[in-house]
Amino acid sequence: MRYFKYIIIGFLFGMTLYKVEAVSWFRIFEMFHFQSFHMYGIIFSAVAFGILGEQLISRLHLRNIKGQELHVPPKAPQYKRYIFGGIIFGLGWAMAGICPGPMFILMGAGYTVLVVFLASAMFGTFVYGLLRNKLPH
Amino acid sequence: MLDFLLQAKAFISQPWPWWLGGFMIAFIMFALMFFGHELGISANLRTMCAAEGAGKFADFFDYDWTRDGWNLMVVLGAMFGGYMTSHYFAGAEGNIAHVSEATVESLKALGLNYEPGQVPLVPEFYSWESLFTLRGAIIILGGGFLIGFGARYAGGCTSGHAISGLSSLQLPSLVAVIGFFIGGLIMTYLIFPLLFSL
Repeated sequence: MRYFKYIIIGFLFGMTLYKVEAVSWFRIFEMFHFQSFHMYGIIFSAVAFGILGEQLISRLHLRNIKGQELHVPPKAPQYKRYIFGGIIFGLGWAMAGICPGPMFILMGAGYTVLVVFLASAMFGTFVYGLLRNKLPH
Repeated sequence: MLDFLLQAKAFISQPWPWWLGGFMIAFIMFALMFFGHELGISANLRTMCAAEGAGKFADFFDYDWTRDGWNLMVVLGAMFGGYMTSHYFAGAEGNIAHVSEATVESLKALGLNYEPGQVPLVPEFYSWESLFTLRGAIIILGGGFLIGFGARYAGGCTSGHAISGLSSLQLPSLVAVIGFFIGGLIMTYLIFPLLFSL
């Protein structure tokens, strides 16, 4: 039962990305061609609502269910990993037109071939884990 | 009562405007923060590797993955959301991507011929048959690998960096998002013309 709330949150996440067509290869294609504001609108408005919420939280000193101050943990200040890793991710995002969220959402929608995509993504993560100490971060 | 539910179903089944998507994504991020977690879908790939015993091969996977069970539940919910939305909330037009006319033209230039207003949500190369073609195999196997590798190398994907990270005004996330776009533009303008001539 303590996991039930996460299933509901995930359900809303899946429904949202599906209904705004962020799961669509064609929408990602359109975004990288700068032919519509749609995808940028989704990202910008999510960030805008996010910034607004973060400000509200810090002004009101809201706490989470465990009684801790609410905040997103700071990302490590290593820049090579973000640019190199980001470029590799971007190549995959544009080619597949699918990022990790939509991968699961579309699998649920009935595109069963995506289990192969998932296996490949897990393999990519595994290879990163093996090479981690040799890559520049 | 039934009438009300049918109206609600029709209401949800309309195409959603971008701002509603943005609002919902931010809401989901704060809901997870309230329960003491951070939005990040690609972290599940690490969890799944760890759960399969990858800890024997690399320290990166050698940790108590059961603490990330909540995130696997988010993904399970997302799959269910995808199932319900595609089957019951698709709307009268069906599963259509409402892309611009310019995009329809760009697709034609690559040999993907669709009529305006009839572009599907998911392209035909996401099928088992196309997995056994060269282009399909490159997209499904190669795309998956790049996403899995890149997301962990960059420490997050679209949800963790572009949404969660940018909202909390983190410079590393902005660098990662710039990287996403450099990679995406290289793929779109330099590699797609080759890939779609296969």
